[in-house]
Amino acid sequence: MAAMADTPVLYVRTAPAEQLPPPIASTGFIGWLRANMFSSAGNTILTLAFAALIFWAVPPLVRFLFIDAVWSGPNREVCLASPAHPEPGACWAFVRVWLSYFIYGFYPIAERWRVDVFFAALALGIGWLGWLSAPRRDLGALYFFVILPVLSFILLYGFPALGLAAVPTNLWGGVLVTIVVATVGIVASLPIGILLALGRRSELPAVRWFAIGFIEFVRGVPLITVLFMASVMLPLFVPQQLEPDKLLRALIGVAMFASAYMAEVVRGGLAAVPRGQYEAARALALTYWRMMGLVVLPQALRVTLPNIVNIFIALFKDTTLVFVVGIFDFLRAIEAARGDPRWATPVTATTGYAFAALFYFIFCYGMARYARSVEVRLSRSDRR
Amino acid sequence: MKRIATALSLALLLAFSAQVARAQTLQTVKQRGQLICGANGTLGGFGLPDPQGNWTGFDVDFCRAIAAAIFNDPSKVKFVPLTAGNRFTALQSGEVDVLSRNTTWTMSRDTTLGLDFAAVTFYDGQGFMVHKSLKVSSALELNGASVCVQQGTTTELNLADYFRSHQMALKTVTFATADEATKAYDSGRCDSYTTDSSQLYSERLRLTNPDDNIVLPEIISKEPLGPAVRQGDDSWEDLVRWTHHAMLDAEELGVTKSNVDEQLKSANPETRRLLGVEGQFGQSIGLTNDWAYRIVKYIGNYGESFDRNVGQGSPLKIVRGLNALWTKGGLQYGLPVR
Repeated sequence: MAAMADTPVLYVRTAPAEQLPPPIASTGFIGWLRANMFSSAGNTILTLAFAALIFWAVPPLVRFLFIDAVWSGPNREVCLASPAHPEPGACWAFVRVWLSYFIYGFYPIAERWRVDVFFAALALGIGWLGWLSAPRRDLGALYFFVILPVLSFILLYGFPALGLAAVPTNLWGGVLVTIVVATVGIVASLPIGILLALGRRSELPAVRWFAIGFIEFVRGVPLITVLFMASVMLPLFVPQQLEPDKLLRALIGVAMFASAYMAEVVRGGLAAVPRGQYEAARALALTYWRMMGLVVLPQALRVTLPNIVNIFIALFKDTTLVFVVGIFDFLRAIEAARGDPRWATPVTATTGYAFAALFYFIFCYGMARYARSVEVRLSRSDRR
Repeated sequence: MKRIATALSLALLLAFSAQVARAQTLQTVKQRGQLICGANGTLGGFGLPDPQGNWTGFDVDFCRAIAAAIFNDPSKVKFVPLTAGNRFTALQSGEVDVLSRNTTWTMSRDTTLGLDFAAVTFYDGQGFMVHKSLKVSSALELNGASVCVQQGTTTELNLADYFRSHQMALKTVTFATADEATKAYDSGRCDSYTTDSSQLYSERLRLTNPDDNIVLPEIISKEPLGPAVRQGDDSWEDLVRWTHHAMLDAEELGVTKSNVDEQLKSANPETRRLLGVEGQFGQSIGLTNDWAYRIVKYIGNYGESFDRNVGQGSPLKIVRGLNALWTKGGLQYGLPVR
């Protein structure tokens, strides 16, 4: 004991150590905020600026679209400002009253069930093909690419022999036209685009020049021009009796336009497939089509999938341009309805456009999400 | 070269045969059992289907009147929605029998497009709307006013001309679309808003307080709107023209939808001729003699159609103005049936 006392004491803490601040939280909500929102002065400023923007924009939007909105009513009076309702919000009553027109356009009321059946049949086809683990997807493809087009034509256009009265396409309108134009454009552009892309890389000069000429010509002009050409010039080249239907002309224009863009995207994918793949396929004595179908295209399409979906989404929105050749798509139907004096109010047009935005967003976002999930599935092989 | 010549002559032949087919419009319509009418489809009050798909409007009623005269059934019309761009082609190609789509009758259209205008059913023209608080009752009091207008239209030019010719100072505020111009006027950025007067009334409904705004009486441009038919079928043009005048005459004579049956017993010779009690006037246009009776029975006279679709009986509340009967200071003058 005594010896210990003799040992010189080097360090003795005489007072408790000062408490350190707690470590910076790196977990939980605070930690997340710190890491993602306020990690530096610049980010802090951006965060505050966006918070202010959201605070400034969102509450009025919610108030307009939901809180002050009018959901039902017989005419414009309900959507006007009144002492009880000083700030008129969105006039959803207008959309409710006109909804059937937005969906079917001028399609005769008694025949509208046919459009409903078409929508259901189309949804079935998309579901069958789109759900990757659905049973008998080979039958699904047959249904989608062979049965559905014939069925749709008979249903929508009519087939008097079966008791379905003919409904000329100038009576089609609204969502029906938008869906028909987009679907035909999407379904036609992929195979045609692939063929054009293959043609452009072909060693046969005639095929190559045709593909290059088509792609560059169609890509070099705006969609509106293609539509005008299809609707005004096409009839000049064929005899009057064979003059194609106005909607058909627009469909041809849209399909041509989408195919040209699709061809370039697919060509990019083909170029990304290493040369060794081609050579290996050749070495296995595969024919041209087997080489493309079994070896090259599956790899090419996989890398181009995001771009393909991009084209689909762009095409879906571009369908609104068909109004320039006098076709009543969904957006045009809304614009027509807002001219109704029974519903003309300061908020009618805004409500109509809000509804259109919602419609296009749902479809485009749905396509994007679906493409994302397919991409994840296809890229499993790349995961390490 | 030879091939081109062949193709050209073939095209001419086709065009010629189409021309021949055009001469028999009434017969074609009767055989078809239906009139095909080119209408607007997007213009409230003039041509717009309701949500159930039934067409309504002033121009639409005119086609129904023709159908009533021909078939004794105003529902035997098929309406084809046309745009400003494709309306004339549709008429020329025979897609529609009559074009009743708020179309302005101008010399170039009348002479170069292969069509004829049958009548002026609506005298439209550029007008001004002002806030009531401005306490202005005439466009001539608008000196120094700021005026909202859609840019790049003849409306803009007419506006400048009008102010210059009356030596008034003008401040134009231009917008790319009518929507923006209306919003700006509503928010008070301009004292006045100018466009065609029929449109002024429909834009007025889109304002926050429609009743705080008035349309001034001056009309500064001519926009005579009326139905058009293909050139080369004079008897069809007659039928369309007299449909309009029958409706005017009915209004002038006090024959309405509700009293037309009593009016059959009228002693007034003009009424008797109009309703087919006397004379063979219907037969002269290829119809039965009660053609005008049918029009009034199903559609009503001109004033009734006007009121119901665009006038005081509609949300638009367009005043008759130039479209009043000539006996009431307007321009609508029904030609005599005799």
